[in-house]
Amino acid sequence: MSVTEILFIFLSVLAVVGAIGVVVSKNPVFSVLWLILTFFCISGHYILLNAQFLAVVNIIVYAGAIMVLFLFVIMLMNLNADTEPKKNKWLKLVSVIAGGCMLLVLVAALKDAETAETLAQTKTGDIGLIEHLGNALFNQYVVPFEISSVLFLSAMVGAVVIGKKGD
Amino acid sequence: MPINYYIYLSIALFCIGVVGVLTRRNAIIIFMCIELMLNSVNLLLVAFSKMHHMQAAATNATAGIDGQLFVFFIMVVAAAEVSVGLAIIVMMFRNVHSVDVNFLNRLKH
Repeated sequence: MSVTEILFIFLSVLAVVGAIGVVVSKNPVFSVLWLILTFFCISGHYILLNAQFLAVVNIIVYAGAIMVLFLFVIMLMNLNADTEPKKNKWLKLVSVIAGGCMLLVLVAALKDAETAETLAQTKTGDIGLIEHLGNALFNQYVVPFEISSVLFLSAMVGAVVIGKKGD
Repeated sequence: MPINYYIYLSIALFCIGVVGVLTRRNAIIIFMCIELMLNSVNLLLVAFSKMHHMQAAATNATAGIDGQLFVFFIMVVAAAEVSVGLAIIVMMFRNVHSVDVNFLNRLKH
């Protein structure tokens, strides 16, 4: 087994464990911490695929900005395990079965797909570097880039309008 | 690395996210599970971009770069979505003093 495979399995197991931890932990703060673990594992996968820009952006934007925002909101509301809303046990069981059925269908559909010999390039290839991504972003994708700036402006205005006290 | 492994991992993460949305009633955790699903799709897009790059690299040096740019735009939209969504959750908490999504059925009255 090569180093790449060992790293892949390690990161995958850690990511899945983190994802399960998000769903099962009673305290929302622990959920956020598990989710940060999952995001770091996904960043590790990006580095393994030599998509370095996305790995760094994933850590800065997701693990850095978005998760800190979640933590701030949770601490602002003073949520803990006691205030966790309770849900019917049977409803939970049915939800897990429904999700498991979706997993089963997708895996069964993939099992016979003709992608078994197709490889994803790891450790080499330079399309994930900032130079190439920047070239493509500011030549082919310059209009979506500008539109996303308008989206951010409207999101900021919307967040301020919704979040301000009183009406 | 075979592409199938990445697809299986993404399916697993996505289904865990779906189960989380269905089982939990805390609005913040539902929101985090949505982020988890977005990230599993991001991982799959990056894996596919490298798969396409490997097959078409001889004719086109930047083949597959679109997949990685889509991931970048998904992150942009997710950041905007989180800022508005958390503002909505804060407003909901201020009105009903709970983050239980079942309280939102009052909206129909």
